[in-house]
Amino acid sequence: MKDKVTAIIKKYDNDKSQLVSILQDVQAEYNYLPRAALDKLSKKMDIPQSQVYSLATFFRAFSLKERGKHIVNVCLGTACHVRGGELILESLERQLDIQRGNTTKDNNFTLETVNCMGCCATGPVVKINDEYFGHMTNDKVEPMIKKYSK
Amino acid sequence: MPSKIKSSRDLEKLQQALSKKPDTGKPRISVCNGTACRPYGSNPVVDAFKLEIEKRALDNQLEFKVTGCHGFCERGPIAIIEPGNIFYQKIKVEDVAEIIEKTLKKETIGRLLYKDPGTNLETVKQDDLPFYRNQKRIILGNNTRIDPTSIEDYIAIGGYSALAKALSTMQPEQIIDVVKQSGLRGRGGGGFLTGSKWETCRNAHGDVKYVIVNADEGDPGAYANEGLLTGNPHSVLEGLIIGAFAIGSHQGYIYVRNEYPLALKNVTTAMQQAEKLGLLGKNILGSGFDFSVRVNRGGGAFVCGESTALMASLEGKTGEPRAKYVHTVEKGLWDSPSDLNNVETWANIPQIINNGAAWFSSIGTKGNTGTKIFSLTGKVNNTGLVEIPMGIKLREIIFDIGGGIRGGKKFKAVQTGGPSGGCLPEKLIDLSVDFDELTKAGAMMGSGGMIVMDEDNCMVDVARYFLTFLEEESCGKCVPCREGIKRMRQILNDITEGKGREGDLDLLKELSSHLKDSSLCALGGSAPNPVLTTIKYFSEEYEAHIKQKKCPAGVCKMLIQFSIIDEKCPGCGMCVKVCPSNAITDMGKKKPVVLDQSKCIKCRTCYDICRMGAVKIE
Repeated sequence: MKDKVTAIIKKYDNDKSQLVSILQDVQAEYNYLPRAALDKLSKKMDIPQSQVYSLATFFRAFSLKERGKHIVNVCLGTACHVRGGELILESLERQLDIQRGNTTKDNNFTLETVNCMGCCATGPVVKINDEYFGHMTNDKVEPMIKKYSK
Repeated sequence: MPSKIKSSRDLEKLQQALSKKPDTGKPRISVCNGTACRPYGSNPVVDAFKLEIEKRALDNQLEFKVTGCHGFCERGPIAIIEPGNIFYQKIKVEDVAEIIEKTLKKETIGRLLYKDPGTNLETVKQDDLPFYRNQKRIILGNNTRIDPTSIEDYIAIGGYSALAKALSTMQPEQIIDVVKQSGLRGRGGGGFLTGSKWETCRNAHGDVKYVIVNADEGDPGAYANEGLLTGNPHSVLEGLIIGAFAIGSHQGYIYVRNEYPLALKNVTTAMQQAEKLGLLGKNILGSGFDFSVRVNRGGGAFVCGESTALMASLEGKTGEPRAKYVHTVEKGLWDSPSDLNNVETWANIPQIINNGAAWFSSIGTKGNTGTKIFSLTGKVNNTGLVEIPMGIKLREIIFDIGGGIRGGKKFKAVQTGGPSGGCLPEKLIDLSVDFDELTKAGAMMGSGGMIVMDEDNCMVDVARYFLTFLEEESCGKCVPCREGIKRMRQILNDITEGKGREGDLDLLKELSSHLKDSSLCALGGSAPNPVLTTIKYFSEEYEAHIKQKKCPAGVCKMLIQFSIIDEKCPGCGMCVKVCPSNAITDMGKKKPVVLDQSKCIKCRTCYDICRMGAVKIE
């Protein structure tokens, strides 16, 4: 872990103003923000732990909990909302048997929400990892999930 | 990659060479691979084109270009064939070989053309489509002509010539004058005069000054900045460098939402290319002017679109705003004078420098010059990114460009300005779309979200939606916003659940006025707008929820019931299969199904799947 975090800090020239980007990279590496990595960041960059923690909890993009293998992101932006985005989210909650923000027991899926992904015209939109699914309806949820089930 | 450009003259030579490349004259296929085309499968389509061209070794007979957003997202994936301006829509991998074949033979494929939903008549050219015909695409138009990851493409169409002109023939004060005369107003929503903002920043005391691109497009339902930054990142960068020179800044920042991975990638590539060519860095085009840029990623906080919060975040702190007794143009990032403008504002600058203030101010109306990009979404037929001259009517956008409401439903409202904006009813459909008229009506220009709603949308639910969003996004620093929004959201929740009380509307209005008066930043100050406009224009819908405990639009779950219309139900059993709570029972062939109210979770799946219209919501 040490080396990876050090490498990320180096990539940003140890620039304190880049802390959000650094945290993004750490999360991309581990899928969440492990406590040890945050400790390491704080020491290496000489930023108080409290500041690192406050950033990590302020922005909704960050997770302090370990996340599943596949990240399911349901868009709840306005354009998706008026076309029933919330109903798609509820359908996913039922099928995955978890509430939003949680991870399935087998660690395969984490269900998250996002406020807009920039493809509003195709709403409601769901994104699994890097794949976008547009014009979602309840009956498309099951085949979509199946694709990523083990 | 061409070698470093050392002067304006070098740039001119390169531009001439690039625009005369042997490529020109060959038929060209441009395929949109913007973010909004990806859910339709544009990636596999692009791959199929590349494979086919390679397989048949057509490299020297055909030019293939992968571009950013073309705008008509509803019909994606899209391809434009030149010459001929042929517009192909909803392309599938299976169509690729045929498109290549016919393009080489100079023929068109009828089934891929746009057909008018009413008359079924085919339209061949992109420029003739109702969606494009009524727009004025001075900023977005180039998206279809360039590969956003190629600086050569941008230079070939005249890119960076405005920068060369500014650096070699204009004084900083002159540039500011031109921008002022153009009447350009901030496209992020505030609508402040860009030239005046630059002037204040230039005149502010301080050796170090910063310029910032605000690409933290947090408005949920707006993606105009995304389309622009992904599709033409160099235009934003060019505007930024010109602005930096005018203001006297040597360091710039581009703050991009992390939810826009493609924009982030393309703008980073653009920056590296500009650096390599000497358009960024030391002694740009031999002018002696130094400027460098850094890209910062956001973390998904709506409040970071606010200037002081964005700057706090740039400093590596949490994105909390501060009171603006001293403006950021005087004391902003690291306490230095900082000029922050929206992506679209920056992209307008090269156009203004090249074509002049008079040209720019001839577009739009007095006091509201130029064009504005809107993300037209929701229940409209033609969703996508539209760029219109300021001052045209809402009706023209929604009905002429947008093609009216989906599924023959009735238009109910249009929401502009995102969570800080408002919902406008049908009676205001002839309102002019500009900063001032929208604000007068209680809405806002905002960053360009335009969400169309039909009779199936509940306005109380929409107000509740926005407050739920804002409650979550409030940074919590000031009490009126943190507590006020929460209380208002609770009241709206109660109303949507049938627990609304007499006097709730007055209480909402009172809380709204407190929020407007006493919030620290615009997030709290404008949070009441969606509530106030819906109360103002749709009071009867609130009354129905509060007094009759009914949701006329059939949205609020606690107030609606699903049932089967026996006469319409053929007993096909489709709904039985999809019902997640086994609330519907099959009664045998040709007999209507039976829905058990006690088991129904009101998920709407049966309503959506039934083709006979046999599911009723009341």
